Amino acid sequence: MPTRAAVALITTAIAVVLLFSFKTPAQARPRTPAADLAQATPTTTASPTPSDSSGTTPTPTPTPSNAGPTYKDGQYTGRDVVNQFGDTQVKVTISGGRITDVQPLQLPFDRQRSAEISQYAAPLLHDEVLQAQSAQIDSLSGATYTSDAYAQSVQAALDQAHA
Amino acid sequence: MLETVARRIRVEHIMGTAISIDLRDPGVDGQVVEATFDWLRQVDARFSPYKPDSEISRLGRGELTVEGCHVEVGEVLSLCEDLRRETGGVFNAWSCRPDGRLDPSGVVKGWAVERAAGIMMLGGARNFCLNAGGDVVIRGEAEPGRAWRIGIRHPNDATALAAVVHGYDLAVATSGAYERGNHIVDARTGIPSRALLSLSVAGPSLTMADAYATAGFAMGRAGVAWVASRPGYAPFAVTDSGRAQYSDAFAELLVSDDKN
Repeated sequence: MPTRAAVALITTAIAVVLLFSFKTPAQARPRTPAADLAQATPTTTASPTPSDSSGTTPTPTPTPSNAGPTYKDGQYTGRDVVNQFGDTQVKVTISGGRITDVQPLQLPFDRQRSAEISQYAAPLLHDEVLQAQSAQIDSLSGATYTSDAYAQSVQAALDQAHA
Repeated sequence: MLETVARRIRVEHIMGTAISIDLRDPGVDGQVVEATFDWLRQVDARFSPYKPDSEISRLGRGELTVEGCHVEVGEVLSLCEDLRRETGGVFNAWSCRPDGRLDPSGVVKGWAVERAAGIMMLGGARNFCLNAGGDVVIRGEAEPGRAWRIGIRHPNDATALAAVVHGYDLAVATSGAYERGNHIVDARTGIPSRALLSLSVAGPSLTMADAYATAGFAMGRAGVAWVASRPGYAPFAVTDSGRAQYSDAFAELLVSDDKN
């Protein structure tokens, strides 16, 4: 679908642009909970998070034996960028001098099309088969019931049990 | 377990649902509960779009200006406008009804119950639980040394729990279509959302937890991540494929079965 392809291309373009505008985590603007979630995610590599707070852009170090640029290992948080979809921020993991992962941290929801892009935030969430719980409770949260439905509800039983 | 705390529970039917106040401070005068219910009844009379003589109905018909309404009406409408912007128009009190009439109901209950908890505190209550049709505010402790435990209803089974959270000062709101049908629509399209069976939101204020649960539910699957990105608020969703999706912040509130 042309529109979808265009969106994918634009997203890729944003990611590429961000690769050249790294900020270290220490300099990143106040973190959103989403950013905290992403940074709290354990990484499989033992690479340290760069603590250098002086440079705004880690310069790619050219290696004589290799034509391509290599990067310092670690996790980098991209600058918060406002684009036509809203606010966007990504985290890039570099391992062995290569980009091994790009994850969105902050995602937009202020434009119609952004809903599609926001699907990329799914990796930030726990996702598991729902399992019924049996813990004792004091109160129950659920979709709003009518006055009539209350009489048959668990909340009514809880209220009566202790009244 | 033997109950060691005196519990006074009152239930009143207001805003089309049942509101329970569970007060666990033995020394606090029960009058504060009456005052809180009185105020909730006033809010219902003022804000209900189902009562033809409410200020909201008269405002919607052009018989009143916002300036001519009680100051709380302006406060709620301002909250609606903030939320319309924050959700990119998914929540819109001015265009969520088929007849186009003003309907701020999506925020009024959460806002009112959060305010009601404030009235309870002013009256000296410190340990209590307010439950308004499934939207919950807790303050203090359930009993000395024990946090409150709030169950989240399983969307497909009224007697089963999908999750249990615990805390001391917390609000939990849940949106879903299983009680009153597909009444939550994306205001931009008018189409009800079916991707989630329920979306619960925990956080410091019921005003925002309730608003985020409603708006996030209307957004469908993208709404779970959207709520997770609201500072201080944590989502727990049950998807139409029977999976639980929740944020790290929500995981911290969970009571797991093996801890009991």
